Amino acid sequence: MIEQAKRAFAICKKDIRIYYFKGPVVIFGVLLPLFLFLAFWIGRDMPPNFLIPGMLGMSMFFTASSVVPVIPPWETRMKTLERLVSAPISIASIILGDILASVVFGASLSIVPLLIGVAIGVRITNIEMLALGFLVGSFCFSSFAALLSSPPSDTPATIMMLSSLVKFPLVFISGVFIPLEKLQLWGRMLASISPLTYFVDLARGCMQGSSLYPPLLDLIILACFALGFFFASIKLHERSLPKRL
Amino acid sequence: MSEAIVVSNLTKRFGELVAVDHISFKVKRGEFFGFLGPNGAGKTTTIRMLTGVIKPDEGTALVMGYDIERESIKAKQVMGIVPETANAYIDLTVWQNLMFMGELYGIPKEERKRRGESLLRELGLYDRRDFKVKGLSKGMKQRLLLCMALINEPEILFLDEPTVGLDVRSARSIREILQKLNEKGVTIFLTTHNMEEANQLCNRIAVINHGKIAAIDTPERLKRVMKGLQHVEVSFDKPTPLESLAKLPYVNDVRKIGNSIRLYTDSPCDLVCYIVDYVREKKLKLISLEVLNPKLEDVYLKLIEGGKQP
Repeated sequence: MIEQAKRAFAICKKDIRIYYFKGPVVIFGVLLPLFLFLAFWIGRDMPPNFLIPGMLGMSMFFTASSVVPVIPPWETRMKTLERLVSAPISIASIILGDILASVVFGASLSIVPLLIGVAIGVRITNIEMLALGFLVGSFCFSSFAALLSSPPSDTPATIMMLSSLVKFPLVFISGVFIPLEKLQLWGRMLASISPLTYFVDLARGCMQGSSLYPPLLDLIILACFALGFFFASIKLHERSLPKRL
Repeated sequence: MSEAIVVSNLTKRFGELVAVDHISFKVKRGEFFGFLGPNGAGKTTTIRMLTGVIKPDEGTALVMGYDIERESIKAKQVMGIVPETANAYIDLTVWQNLMFMGELYGIPKEERKRRGESLLRELGLYDRRDFKVKGLSKGMKQRLLLCMALINEPEILFLDEPTVGLDVRSARSIREILQKLNEKGVTIFLTTHNMEEANQLCNRIAVINHGKIAAIDTPERLKRVMKGLQHVEVSFDKPTPLESLAKLPYVNDVRKIGNSIRLYTDSPCDLVCYIVDYVREKKLKLISLEVLNPKLEDVYLKLIEGGKQP
């Protein structure tokens, strides 16, 4: 178990070197959520302690789920997946390694909007819970992205399109732009199926002091989503792997 | 256990196509085993099953005593693999690729550094250790793949066409390294198209065709037992009609090869006696007479064309 965890960490380091540690990837990770947010925010009168948690949620969601979907199809095409599979490492460890790299990327880049928030006067009332939320949220969105990457394609563009088709609608139903309290019952029900809802709610609870659900409940639900996505992605990757090789 | 590989009824289907059809064979520890066959015969599919990359549909394979399906991680831990296509990470350097493989095999940091340095020096890549793989020549990439396969000091090494596309010098260097490894006790399972390579390196070879094993034996015995491919090459002082030679006992076929006549036979010794009688009877002078065994290439072609078991 510990040996496999170490090998997952090796995969994580390899992913960071190859896929994340590149200027365009980092810039894209920061700019895409920022521009999306600005497109919504400009011309509206909203307080920063409402806006920053939403921006933080979008940033975390997009950065943590941006690169993972590309890795399996790319490695299938380059035949490096075959090298990984022929090494003494389980599929679960390979997926965990991919997710860990994404967690590091998602959590570290999401510090940017947080610092912007602090700079414009947003006060963090529960920093420990927010830190936990960062880790669990990042793991959850990364696992979600790993799940999206499971179809046995060797074309990154195909997976990216599928991933965008799922990710963008989720942003609009997750209370990023409209407070959950103001949504009607059907809107709240719809929001409840998105893990992003709970991260944004948790961030609002930790920044503006009020949220729809208690932050601990948000964290627990987020963790449940994370575990569900993680185990489902392992199962689906195990199933799709023979078609990739 | 004296066997490095025990394959029993191994089968793989891709839809309607039976790529590997109930093959069974054993490879002894320390053996240099060649696996030959034409394109699409099932060589790569077999090697991929033996290395745990794909799962067989039927049958079992034990590698160094471990069931490749049920004890896959343990089996992979003791093997090294040089695949058909170069699959090192092109965006990583030579050193990073090597260290990454070391980590995947759970080799402690200092040990993998020591082994990595020694392998790169031995295979002439030490000066290129900080170069990205995408900038390496094909021969260097192949040597890197071999380094990556050896970082865990494997007990068994699987190589899928390791010298294809390499220049003569690089191919020879790879062969020498493989020979040295085998001398040190590493079992080697090699697929190749190169008959001369198989002839030089392998203790035994298996020929696979249409997913089935057509023959397994030592190269020399395969050549000897392959009936009809043994021949006697003679030349006389006067032109001699092929028809009369074809009527000699034990002659299967006659061909003119330049100044010589090649007589194909199942029994070269008996045929030589009849040739001597023929020379006396026709008052000819024998210029040369040579008993020749077939080349491995002839055996191979005969096997894959006829699908016969010698």
